[in-house]
Order: sequence, then C-alpha cells, then structure tokens
Amino acid sequence: MKKVYENAEAALFDVKDGASLMSGGFGLCGNAENSIRELARKGVKDLTVVSNNCGNAGKGLAMLLKNRQVKTVIASFIGGNPDLQQQMLAGEVEVQLNPQGTLAERIRAGGAGIGGFFTPTGVGTVVAEGKEERVIDGKRYIFEKPLTADFAIIRARYGDAYGNLRFYRTARNFSPLMAMAARVTVAEVDELVPVGALDPDDIHLPGIFVQRIYRGTDYENPIENRTVRPRA
Amino acid sequence: MARTREEMAQAAARELQDGFIVNLGIGIPTLVANYVPEGMEILLHSENGLLGMGPYPLEGEEDAQIINAGKETVTIIPGGSVFDSAQSFAMIRGGHVDLAILGGMEVSATGDLANWMVPGARVNGMGGAMDLVSGAKRVVVLMQHTNKAGESKLLDKCVLPLTGQGCVNRVITDLATIDVTPDGFKLVECAAGVTREQVQAATGAPLL
Repeated sequence: MKKVYENAEAALFDVKDGASLMSGGFGLCGNAENSIRELARKGVKDLTVVSNNCGNAGKGLAMLLKNRQVKTVIASFIGGNPDLQQQMLAGEVEVQLNPQGTLAERIRAGGAGIGGFFTPTGVGTVVAEGKEERVIDGKRYIFEKPLTADFAIIRARYGDAYGNLRFYRTARNFSPLMAMAARVTVAEVDELVPVGALDPDDIHLPGIFVQRIYRGTDYENPIENRTVRPRA
Repeated sequence: MARTREEMAQAAARELQDGFIVNLGIGIPTLVANYVPEGMEILLHSENGLLGMGPYPLEGEEDAQIINAGKETVTIIPGGSVFDSAQSFAMIRGGHVDLAILGGMEVSATGDLANWMVPGARVNGMGGAMDLVSGAKRVVVLMQHTNKAGESKLLDKCVLPLTGQGCVNRVITDLATIDVTPDGFKLVECAAGVTREQVQAATGAPLL
C-alpha cells in the first residue's frame, strides 16, 4: 500500500486530456491549491470539472478556465466567477447547474453505490425538466442521478500514509464526498503525520477513499470577502 | 414612511424564536443577525458546512478557512460545529432548519419564489436556495416591495424562473408584512405611516 507521493506532479502523473475531475472547495476556501497549480502547468485539456463554483475571482480552478483546459463544468453557483460566465455565454464551456444540496447528494450517492435518489429540491422549476417525478407519501420529488469521476483533488489539514484525513473548519465542504466518488482521489495535506498519530475517533475520512497523498506547500489561502469587526 | 434596510431586518428578527436553527441569505437577511433579541438563543446555519456561526472576526483574526456561504470571513461560537456539504443539506432538506430568511426577486400569491435567475442577464446559479426553500420548516422572504422600475415584486404569478413552488410563508418588505395563505396574500402589518391602500397599490395581486 504505497499512497504517499512526493508532490503534485508525481501524484497527478496519469491525468490525461478528457479526464473528469472533482475538486473540493467552497469558492476559494479549502481548494487543493497544489493540485490545481499542477494541472494548470501540465496543460491537460477538455476536462470535465465537478466543483461547487469552479474557481472565483480569477483564482483556484479559474486558472484552468483561463488556460482553456475545461470543456464542461458541473456546479451550483458561478456568481463571482467572470471567467466561467464569459466562457459559458460564448458557448466555449458547457455549464450544468445543480442545486447545491442536490450536487452534494449526487456526489455522495456516486461514492456510496446508490443509483440515484428522489429529492423535493427543484420540484416545479427548470431543474425538474426531463426528470422523473414521483409522489411519495403525498409529497412531490424528482429523481436525481449519482455523479462519479476519474479523479478527485482535495485538501485536508492532516493526513497519514494510509490516507486517513482530518479536515479544518469550513474547508471540509465537498471534499470527503468527492473522495468517495472518484476512482482516484489525490489528497494534499498541510501536515503528513505518522500512522497512528490521528486518533481513530478523530478521522473525518477513512483512508479507504484516498488513493494518493502528498504534503502541499505554498498555500495562498485567498479570502474572497474579508469581513471584520473593528477593534475597540 | 417605508422601512429602511435596517428596519426591514428588525421586522424579520421578530420571526426568531428561542432555540431556533436559522439560515440567513445574502444581503438584507444577513442583517437580521444584528437584531436577535436580548437573552434569546438561536443557532445560525451556513450551508457551506457550519452550525453556530458567530459575528465577523476582529480585525487581524480573520481565517480564510472559516467562511459563510457568502464567502465572508466569520467566526464559530462556542458549541458550534462544522461538517461536510451532504450533511449540511441533510439538515436543510430533512426539515431540521426552523427558519430560512432569504431575498427575492418575485413572490406569487400562491407562494412561488423566483430569486435565482433573470433570463438574458448574467447567470449566477441557484446555489443552495432551491434546497433551502424546499426543506426549511418556515420560509420568509425579505425584499423591497417593488423593483428598480417601480413594478411590484408581489404578483399573481411569477414571470421569472422559479426557485421553488408554493414554498413562501411570509414576505417582509419595506412597505408591509404579508402572509401567503391558501386564499392569496394577506396583509399582516403595514410599515409605520404606510396605508393599506398604498400597499395594495404597490402589490400586483389582491390583498386579503
């Protein structure tokens, strides 16, 4: 079981043109910054990207958009992402918008071996168009399919050689779900700790869902909206 | 006199009850947090994966990895918790959130809400709004009564693409507080100095 890689370049060696990719993060919070930089450097094209926002304000996955590496985006909110909005309007990138909870649950279902689910979200809206509707115990639901991908790139605070991960604060968001839903999950961690250092009760994502792990460096941790209270 | 943004937030704060789990949308709904009555305990839920959201951090203490759904730096109160997006939306969809207060572009007399898309204009996406309106126990829309062109945002039927069908319980605007009932809009309260006639004139459907 060799999961530890030297860096992003080594861990992402087999990502090819046309790959499907899930990328953790909410806006720019909790992004796999090293893996995104490596994909930009590598220049792989025609990517299908599953991400809540697919970058923001020219940063994060927006780097791949600027490089014209992305073909399709599956996301829930793209406000604040001018690169994606422009390429969508120009017909250069196909964007599939999902309600955020539906996106999360589709990914969870993909990783959990569930063939889809009925949700009340989107009933009576454009989201329901073309989907099976069913009334269950008097309530209307629509059918949503699972999502999987070739790769997931995620970031966690701590990880070990078995791939066990512990996340930090709201940087967790979609990452553990995406790790479950991808054929190969590449995790970058702020700290690679010895096996056994993480208490079993404190592991947020068991290593079974992580195929490759490396220590990330040079985190920018961008803040999109810096809101503070003045000191008295 | 029409309510100011702050007065609208104050009016919406009267929806809060002790022990409530509340999700506040972006814009005026965010201001509601400033008017939680003294001694009342509520927990703010943020759909990116945070229950027990606190105020903005003190200058210099902001953390890029502690944000709300508006991607603003926030804090976590003692007793707060963080979790993944699937669990966050299980809280919403599963009916565990007592109250969602969110902005709106149009509300219909049958409680339909449109607040996520204007065809032909820039598309932002629905984010978590569709899940919130389908799952929260009570949905309150906090918005201006009319749009920039002076047209009513309370209508018989929404023109814009819907966020949810029959999902709105109450609308709080600069002019009035209005409930959605099986018989249509029911005027609950006018803003101070505003008459029923003025509210009706600004509303695109009959008021009960």
